[in-house]
Amino acid sequence: MPAKPTTGIVTQDASTPWLTLKMREAMEAWLFIGPTLAGFLIFFIGPLIAVVWYSMTEWNLLAQQATFVGLDNYDDALFRNPDFWLVVRNSVIFALGLVPFNMALALALAISLSRRFVGVVFFRTVFFAPVVTSAVAWAIVWKFLLQGEAGFVNQMLAHIGINGPNWLREPDWAMAAVIVTRVIKMVGLNMILYIAALQAIPRDYEAAARLEGASNWQIFRLVIWPLLGPTTLVIMVITTIGSFKVFDHIYLMTGGGPENGTLVLAFYIYKQGFEFFDVGYASALAMIMFVIVMVLTLVQLALRRRDT
Amino acid sequence: MGGLTQKQLRIVNQVCWTLALAVAAIPFVFPFLWMISSGFKSASEIFGSPSLVPREWQWRNFVDVFTYQPFARQYFNSLYIALTVTALTLVISSLAGYALARLRFAGAGLISLFLVSALMVPEEVTMIPNFFLIKWAGLIDTHWPLIMLPVFGPQGIMATFLMRQYFLALPRELEEAGKMDGLSRFGVWWRIALPMSRPALAAVAIITFLNSWNLFLEPLIFISSLEKFTLPLALSNFTDPYGTPLWHLQLAATTLAVLPILIVYLIAQRQIIESFALSGVKG
Repeated sequence: MPAKPTTGIVTQDASTPWLTLKMREAMEAWLFIGPTLAGFLIFFIGPLIAVVWYSMTEWNLLAQQATFVGLDNYDDALFRNPDFWLVVRNSVIFALGLVPFNMALALALAISLSRRFVGVVFFRTVFFAPVVTSAVAWAIVWKFLLQGEAGFVNQMLAHIGINGPNWLREPDWAMAAVIVTRVIKMVGLNMILYIAALQAIPRDYEAAARLEGASNWQIFRLVIWPLLGPTTLVIMVITTIGSFKVFDHIYLMTGGGPENGTLVLAFYIYKQGFEFFDVGYASALAMIMFVIVMVLTLVQLALRRRDT
Repeated sequence: MGGLTQKQLRIVNQVCWTLALAVAAIPFVFPFLWMISSGFKSASEIFGSPSLVPREWQWRNFVDVFTYQPFARQYFNSLYIALTVTALTLVISSLAGYALARLRFAGAGLISLFLVSALMVPEEVTMIPNFFLIKWAGLIDTHWPLIMLPVFGPQGIMATFLMRQYFLALPRELEEAGKMDGLSRFGVWWRIALPMSRPALAAVAIITFLNSWNLFLEPLIFISSLEKFTLPLALSNFTDPYGTPLWHLQLAATTLAVLPILIVYLIAQRQIIESFALSGVKG
């Protein structure tokens, strides 16, 4: 775009300087943000409104017709379909297992790796490597490692006299396996966020506390941990929402099985919508997921605000 | 007692820590090693010997991968889609981010708020209507949705805010000077703001590329023909007709898909890790 001749601007300014410049700036802003806004309306706001409507309809795919059924789909999910509560239970177990485990491990690794020592870069690189790896590849390899008797993990366990379970074929073990492998995959992300936060804490704080005779644990509990508060909040929100979104990992490792033991909400929506084509019911589930994630986010923000 | 000096004690302490970290690192490293090693094993050896070095190096796996399904084509699909998504995201998000950071207009606050709240919403929520939208547009089983949904979805919005944050931290003086010299708004963005934002652009590029490269749900829903598959979908497809994985081929293919990313990551780990840190801080 060629530069505008300055004289043009000057004459415009002379007529109605303030208004023109302001309007001009606004117009340019709308042009700049236009593509993003258009995409946002088409692929987010539109679908969000549509999913509310879908959730109150019953679809006949053969006739390509939708009939309004009010809150019937919600009624179906909440009161009639036992699968729904199983799925909610699974999702909650998954989140309750994943979030604290992920955050504790991330913090422990971050504390170990926020100082300088030989090999610190190596370890950071290693712990972060699964984050850049595709979830599909990660799930495939772990599924392979966790095969019944012939799987590598069980062969290693057999060496030390432990008879490992058929990890992905027994409901409780499958859930545990999915959580643990997911944590290993994603913990590096929270680790670097914690490292960044730890490194932003001035060294003097720790030195001053030490002068006062505080122990390592006291320094952590009374100085470091409170200062990490904002980071902990962000990490908690991101990780919790992430745990409700998990799909590919479970799709590939267990397929939601065994006995629906690892069937979580995101996967259930996919199944109802894209395998059984029950669009109305799947949309009601999507709305419920929307509400759950919103409430969780708000609750965490509120708890945190009360804390500090 | 007093055999150890203060310094020796510190060294012993450090060695113990390092050993503990090394043990903790096993489940992070080992899957990669085992994936590569198993990719070289024959179908019969793959479950037999728990040895990291294959008894017989089965190079044929890496040929069979390409004949079992159009793997080269699928590889190319992933590459060109990821590059397209990255290029589009860079342009669109830095334009929008610039407007939000620098230009004053009615509704800016409201737009920011709307965009941020969209980040909280899982894409499963909007996936069903988006499917019908794409179907209505006649774009099922094309690569269009794999490009458009990430560019305009949460990933693109996150890129917008990353750019906005970075622009806000830049000094205004240079841009003012550019305007004095007669640059248009677009010129200021292109010639002054963007060149100063290389770190943010690099972060957006890295994260966007990886996200597209690893995308699974969208291809699963929208793509049905083998030649149009992307890598993640292709990897999950190395099975016999009954759905049992052909592990030796699947792991060889997974190795081919993961290794280039891993090598780039090892070379540019500092830059890549910083990119994620930059994006996460504001999440």
